[in-house]
Amino acid sequence: MAELILKNVVKDFGKTRVIHGVDLHIHDQELVVFVGPSGCGKSTLLRLIAGLEDISDGELFIDGELVNSRSPKQRGIAMVFQSYALYPHMTVYQNMAFGLELSKFSKAEIKNKVLEAARILELSELLDRLPKQLSGGQRQRVAIGRAIVRDPRVFLFDEPLSNLDAALRVQMRIEFAKLHREMNATMIYVTHDQVEAMTLASRIVVLSAGRVEQVGSPLELYHHPRNLFVAEFIGSPKMNILPAEVVNITDQSIEVSLEEGTWLKATVDSDSLTVGDRVSFGVRPEHMWISEIGDLKGTVEVIEQLGENHYLHVRLADNRLITVQGHGDATLKHGERCCIAIPPECAHIFNGDGLALQRLQTGADEQPIIVERVVEMEPA
Amino acid sequence: MTFAVLQRSGSPGKTHHSDLTMEKIRSAWLFLLPMIITLAAVAGWPLIRTIWLGFTNANLTDLTVTEFIGFENYLSFYEGEAYGLLVDPDWWNAVWNTVWFTLVSVSLETVFGMGVALILHANFKGRGIVRTAVLIPWAIPTIVSAQMWGWMLHDQFGVVNEILLTLGIINNPIAWTADPDIAMWAVIMVDVWKTTPFMALLILAGLQMLPEDIYEAAHVDGIHPVKVFFNVTLPLIKPALLVAVIFRALDALRIFDLIYVLTSSSTSTMSMSVYARQQLVDFQEMGYGSAATTLLFLIIAALTVITITAGKLKLGEEA
Repeated sequence: MAELILKNVVKDFGKTRVIHGVDLHIHDQELVVFVGPSGCGKSTLLRLIAGLEDISDGELFIDGELVNSRSPKQRGIAMVFQSYALYPHMTVYQNMAFGLELSKFSKAEIKNKVLEAARILELSELLDRLPKQLSGGQRQRVAIGRAIVRDPRVFLFDEPLSNLDAALRVQMRIEFAKLHREMNATMIYVTHDQVEAMTLASRIVVLSAGRVEQVGSPLELYHHPRNLFVAEFIGSPKMNILPAEVVNITDQSIEVSLEEGTWLKATVDSDSLTVGDRVSFGVRPEHMWISEIGDLKGTVEVIEQLGENHYLHVRLADNRLITVQGHGDATLKHGERCCIAIPPECAHIFNGDGLALQRLQTGADEQPIIVERVVEMEPA
Repeated sequence: MTFAVLQRSGSPGKTHHSDLTMEKIRSAWLFLLPMIITLAAVAGWPLIRTIWLGFTNANLTDLTVTEFIGFENYLSFYEGEAYGLLVDPDWWNAVWNTVWFTLVSVSLETVFGMGVALILHANFKGRGIVRTAVLIPWAIPTIVSAQMWGWMLHDQFGVVNEILLTLGIINNPIAWTADPDIAMWAVIMVDVWKTTPFMALLILAGLQMLPEDIYEAAHVDGIHPVKVFFNVTLPLIKPALLVAVIFRALDALRIFDLIYVLTSSSTSTMSMSVYARQQLVDFQEMGYGSAATTLLFLIIAALTVITITAGKLKLGEEA
């Protein structure tokens, strides 16, 4: 269907620059998710692509065609809004057909298109209802249907699930994935929810303060965050970051000293480091274990039981709080001392500028270790 | 709180109230009392008194000899001839004038008000100033603006004739407020000038209630703005528009000051209120005038009920 290329796209509101030169290449049939904290410019970027806002500088190509000064309709895009933006006085059918009525289609063609979209979205029974007679999830489906009937080159979704309750969000997420597969369309999806981003995206674009922090597949971002921002943003609970100093460098790993005194190993590319450098040591809560062989010591301050998991918030000697994720029920009690093991291959190291050093072992390598450690722990 | 009270009063048969509910009902009445007394004194009493006077032969020359005469002010027969308000051609002329004035002026005000509201709804520099400026005609007391227009429309010294003559649009001065063919249009023009801002303001309030996202959705779908106006904006502001039209229509049916100042008691522009005043004050016919006022009250009440019922039916269909 369509390929999108953004070249140094800039947006200024008055004197404030909100998008700082974004370069992006979105491939045909890709589902790209823009994710970032609120105010990072992800919705603005979407509106620039939609043509709802003027691009201040830079170029936007759809299928090789410069579309900066084209209207949304000429760009061949359809957009689904966070608030659904349904016409409140029109029925489901009218809502979906309204955009087609002025175009070249005959009444019968319009009817076919609407009925087909309604079938895909399971709205066939609801075509005569008004939006206020629908549930949130149904309204969202109507909004999607309105986009589908237009048969656009690119679908744009602006936080489409954030007005739904948690259970419905999970269900709609699956339907989005299904829809993307069935439609074979290029889709851009904006969300602040990183779970949505991880589960839906072919590729994720992480934005912060109007800049692209990293573009990559969900697992790329999870295993190889390019900088501290992405490392902390992707993953929940977020990655623990501890200030540290490089104390030892070997061929395959480095050793750092945390501020509270513990020395920890990390298997990262150490070429750019020298002993004495200030770095940040990062490790995800799910990559640490309570174990007698652990080097890092602390006191359990808060325990969050989630049933399948639990989170231990552990106070270290230097008064920093870190989060450790464990499986099943927590055996430790509030106030208990504990030792935490951090496998060197699970560690992330960020240099003084917040940029990540290349990790030498990740992903698939981590799995066996987890099993091993868990087995190790059980007798204890 | 309200819910609890409703539930209680909603329970069938029994009207047992707890002490707390009784206390709430008591304080509710206490708070309402000053308003009820005031309304009864300034609205209730004059209304009842007027209706009563309509059934008497009261005359301002001597109110002590007032007698009850039943419906004679409205309709009576002497030697086969019908007399009374209901067969008075002057009265029906006034009714027709008022209805015509209301229809034309409210229609024009709605159209112009909509235009102004749409302009003010758009985002442009200096919108605040324009919004305030537009309101000025509405802010001026009617007596003042009517007198002002009276001078401007003066057949010999008025600025309107002067301008039109200078521009060569007319050859002879026009007697705007005296010519029976033109006077009503002059009145309508001044009323439209004065009241369009009010309409615009009410419609603007309706426009600003509309969600912005549906316009963005329409824009993305490439729907023509004119189509969006007739298919989206107009249906959605209909409730606000209806309220505005009812307000204005009720006001227009009572029209007095503007017509009285501009054209005095001329037959060609006489409204129901002007007719009633003429009977009451010029002819001193307190009873007959009161009967006219009562009829005016009934006509307006009936029209209001009809309009609101029709409006409710329409709104009901959409709900």
